[in-house]
Amino acid sequence: MLKLALSIIGRDVRLSMRHGSATTMVMGFFVMVITMFPFAIGPEQNILQRVSVGVIWVAALLSCLLSLDRMFQSDYEDGSLDQFVLSPVPLELVVVAKCIAHWLTTSLPLIVIAPLLGIMMNLPEQGFSALIYTMLIGTPALSFIGGIGASLTVTLRRGGVLLSLLILPLYIPVLIFGVLAVKAAIGGYPVMEHVMLLSGFTLFSAAIAPWAAAAAIRSGLE
Amino acid sequence: MDFLVSDISTDILSGQGLTCIRGDKPIFSDLAFELAPGQALILNGTNGSGKSSLMKIIAGLLPAEHGTMTYGGEAILGDRDWISHNICYLAHKNGMKPELTVAENLAFWATMEHHDGDIAIEAAKIGIDHCLDLPVCYLSSGQARRAALTRVLCHPGKFWLLDEPTVGLDTAGVELLAGLMNDHLKSGGRILAATHIELGIDPDKSIQLNMSDFSFTASYDPGEDLLC
Repeated sequence: MLKLALSIIGRDVRLSMRHGSATTMVMGFFVMVITMFPFAIGPEQNILQRVSVGVIWVAALLSCLLSLDRMFQSDYEDGSLDQFVLSPVPLELVVVAKCIAHWLTTSLPLIVIAPLLGIMMNLPEQGFSALIYTMLIGTPALSFIGGIGASLTVTLRRGGVLLSLLILPLYIPVLIFGVLAVKAAIGGYPVMEHVMLLSGFTLFSAAIAPWAAAAAIRSGLE
Repeated sequence: MDFLVSDISTDILSGQGLTCIRGDKPIFSDLAFELAPGQALILNGTNGSGKSSLMKIIAGLLPAEHGTMTYGGEAILGDRDWISHNICYLAHKNGMKPELTVAENLAFWATMEHHDGDIAIEAAKIGIDHCLDLPVCYLSSGQARRAALTRVLCHPGKFWLLDEPTVGLDTAGVELLAGLMNDHLKSGGRILAATHIELGIDPDKSIQLNMSDFSFTASYDPGEDLLC
């Protein structure tokens, strides 16, 4: 089982690297969105500092959405999805592996460059480590919930917008607890309860996404 | 246990009363077939007569409105476990990633389908071994079809569902495929193929099924079926 999952993850990561543009585009978008804010609200340091955490988290959510619609659609278009359904590999495992691959190719690069953007947004220094670990804990939920949305819209030709409408409201808990945890760390308050709620949400999404997405793909292919 | 294996009468794949409706449009009704080991079932029929739909029903990708399918007396329609270990389905789409090389694609599916033979040997049989290191996006449509057929050759399943396998192939490719299909039948495999051209399968071993014989008549009333 583990070997199968690893080879699906390896295939998707390799595809994304061969394709080249996907990961760089998502990172570029992330940087661009955050760069817009100092232009829009002015360079006053205390205002930037107040909005910094929220802006970085919202930009991460939006960047994550960008690459989501291709998660199953490219496999649907070239017929690989049919073969996954027919293969002895459980479709639920395929979904988990593809969500992990999506996280590795989308969210992980964002987490790597987030501290740099934190500097640009004048994020207080107590916030940096909290920003990184809350993103590490919270972003897998974005890929898992996104996987459900991607599987629901897999057979639609222009499913991207619908996907955003379906998925963004479900991202709100990640946003709330992610931002609260970093703000608590900055203010010197206890962080643990926010982090625990965030982890709980990630685990919950990891538990339901495989079944929900696999069911959606099966009914979508009919 | 030898006598059980040689007793082919228990080993027949058969479908009875298969009916397919897509959307509101009835495709075919009351379709029946039987397929013994070493036999090929050739589906003929006009475009839209339901050849691909029948294959998808057998592969469990599409639910049948009515009807059953049995193998050795056991119902197998929609039985994922049986289907995944016995059926190899080649659709119109090749299921190959354009960014990956032929060898990478084939190795990936070999892992998924628990095949552990040598991919290069299978590729040589269909004459695509010289392209193994090329990305699929550089291949012509015929070469890509040959690569997809290599996946079929690697598949451990004994039932081949081939949806127009010769699309894009040149004459030499069609001949190679005919030889490979006859070899598969000789080794006790089974083939179900939809085609518009002569595939070159040994006529003694092939049964023709004309899909037009099962198309819906004008008297069909969908309301009746919806009630049951």
